[in-house]
Amino acid sequence: MFPDQFLFGVEVLLNGLMAGVLYALVALGFVLIFKASGIFNYAQGVMALFAALTLVGIMDGQVPFSHLINALFGTDVHHFGWHVPAFAAILLAMAVMVGLAWIVQYFIFRHLVGQEPIILFMATIGLAYFMEGFGDMMWGSEIKKLDVGIPQGGSFWIEEATAFLGGSNFYGFFIDQLDIVAAVVAIILVVLLVAFAQYTKQGRAMRAVADDHQAALSVGISLSFIWVLVWSLAGFVALVAGIMWGAKSGVQFSLSLIALKALPVLMLGGFTSIPGAIVGGLIVGVGEKLFEFLIGAPFLGGATENWFAYMLALVFLVFRPQGLFGEKIIERV
Amino acid sequence: MKRLATATVAAVMAAAPVMADLVFPSLSYRTGAYAAGGIPFADGYADYMTLLNERDGGIGGVMTRILECETGYNTEKGVECYEATKGEGALVYQPLSTGITYQLIPKATADGIAIHSMGYGRTSAANGKVFSNVFNYPANYWNGASAVVQHILDVNGGDIKGKKIALVYHNSAYGKEPIRTLEELSKKHGFELSLLAVDHPGQEQKSQWLQIRRERPDYVTMWGWGVMNQVAIQEAVNIRFPMENFIGVWWSGSENDVLPSGDDANGYKAVTFHNVGNNFPVFEDVKKHVVDTGKAAGAGDQIGTAIYNRGFYAAMLAAEAVRNAQAIHGVADITPAMMLDGMESLEITEARMAELGMPNFGPSFKVSCENHGGPGTVGVAQWDASSKTWSLISDFKETDMSVIQPLIEADSAAFAAENNIAERCN
Repeated sequence: MFPDQFLFGVEVLLNGLMAGVLYALVALGFVLIFKASGIFNYAQGVMALFAALTLVGIMDGQVPFSHLINALFGTDVHHFGWHVPAFAAILLAMAVMVGLAWIVQYFIFRHLVGQEPIILFMATIGLAYFMEGFGDMMWGSEIKKLDVGIPQGGSFWIEEATAFLGGSNFYGFFIDQLDIVAAVVAIILVVLLVAFAQYTKQGRAMRAVADDHQAALSVGISLSFIWVLVWSLAGFVALVAGIMWGAKSGVQFSLSLIALKALPVLMLGGFTSIPGAIVGGLIVGVGEKLFEFLIGAPFLGGATENWFAYMLALVFLVFRPQGLFGEKIIERV
Repeated sequence: MKRLATATVAAVMAAAPVMADLVFPSLSYRTGAYAAGGIPFADGYADYMTLLNERDGGIGGVMTRILECETGYNTEKGVECYEATKGEGALVYQPLSTGITYQLIPKATADGIAIHSMGYGRTSAANGKVFSNVFNYPANYWNGASAVVQHILDVNGGDIKGKKIALVYHNSAYGKEPIRTLEELSKKHGFELSLLAVDHPGQEQKSQWLQIRRERPDYVTMWGWGVMNQVAIQEAVNIRFPMENFIGVWWSGSENDVLPSGDDANGYKAVTFHNVGNNFPVFEDVKKHVVDTGKAAGAGDQIGTAIYNRGFYAAMLAAEAVRNAQAIHGVADITPAMMLDGMESLEITEARMAELGMPNFGPSFKVSCENHGGPGTVGVAQWDASSKTWSLISDFKETDMSVIQPLIEADSAAFAAENNIAERCN
């Protein structure tokens, strides 16, 4: 038997790890695009929102732009009347995200090649606001329930199997089933992304572009294709993040704010490392939850998680400006 | 010749009667993280005014005009909207944000324009002796907090000594409003109060709900808005907290908040100061004159939802205040100063609500110079997940004014002292 307070601390730590995985899922999208093109994609949170909106819209058979169509033509159409199974809807949503990647590349970034990073960053801010409004017009702004069959709620068997560890005030460890699924999905995603980058022709080309654009161009790699590929991958990661976060809170416009949770993760893990995003996410998740449990709630009135994550990231920045796994920039005179 | 023509046109324009209208600014938020709550309120408010124009030819023969301005639930933008619209003859502002309301109180007071912060804003504005231009009838946050405790007392036979109640609140001026009242009520009734703050936007609340799971309160009450509500209800479901013991304030009691949790949200409760559902004759008129004619502010599919009804109710109260002002002054095209008179002596009776096709839509009440807060009567609604409807499970009951009134007096006295305001209504 362990003291209850210790077990509660372990429970908080486990839940912090799970929350960290969800943060890392968002951060991964930022890393993919930054690594390959040097663009800090401000629109990554909105991409997660747009992907989730599209998924629910397809699943529910919603008519895109129905409010606009009805207003223009005096019709009253809202739904096609069919329901698309989750798996097929995910594939269709992914196809939409690939289309979006092509549009973004063709209409925006193709014209900005060679511009300063701040210009590219500003372009992504514009993209974020455009996509938010476009998503609203396309799918409506009401909150939508997202059910792709992921289980939710406490895992009874974990609670029952661990209840004996503590006294009468300890009810076993609480771990949300959705968080467990998210952790498994994140692991698979990282393995797939790393395998893609290491063992496929396109992956190697992507790494070559990330290392040196001009050298990659000189050996015949199409920059345009690689950037569409990278934005598509980021769209896929955004879809996964949108599914996980959307299942927790319903699909709604505040979903775009999950990007705020990814920033300290990126500062900590580095903007160019896929494992860094995961480790950074875990450190932020555990750090903020333990701080809230040990200091925030008992002594500071709670609600410390948002600022603590950034403070933790800032402390790391002081000692490792490139983040834990980021590439150290050495410029020789 | 050209000069003559110009002079003729100018003379005709000067001689033509000015088309008067009654201007109601709507500080709405149809975009951003809180849009799901902002849209139905703005739609309800606009649809009622459109109904009056289409069915009755306005109020007292003068057409109403909604001036909508997007705030994005952002205080700075809200103030910009106020400044941009006040010169249009604005009669009353509904800021729909506690933060914006706080900023507008001194401005609107200086400009002689009324603010109606119904169920939000600065609670002590109920004291008309200090807040001449601010009204928060028929109920405020402190009535809401008292109603939650009153409901818990009711289901426990009047004795909640030793019970634990947790407040999960949005870590903002809005979310902190009920704390003082709950602390006073905790002393009075002997329950143990714990406070759990959730930072904006509230997408991640694992820490707070693990704490609730550890501390096992008997009841949880919530002062949330936006995504915070949906996440809190889902987290409560996750830890298997009994939904009938989870009671939100009215801003945590819309369909948006419970639908994402599906059947598991069944039994969740929320206090409310107006009725719920679409079973009111007035909505037939809205369908006929507003929706079917293509003049609805939205798609017409929000009628009867909790926040649409709130916007609709707010518009009805504004329109009734205009009628009252027109009767007092004998003028149809009233000024903002006349509107203040109309609001300050407004009387809403059950007979009048029935006449408007809104029987028992809200409480009967009378506003006075001293009391801008109305009766503070509050009911409790409960969510039925199978029919996806809210239903009132109690009447609009009186709240504990013996606790609330001294708090209102103290807070408004502090405001008066800070701002050198002499009490009126003497």
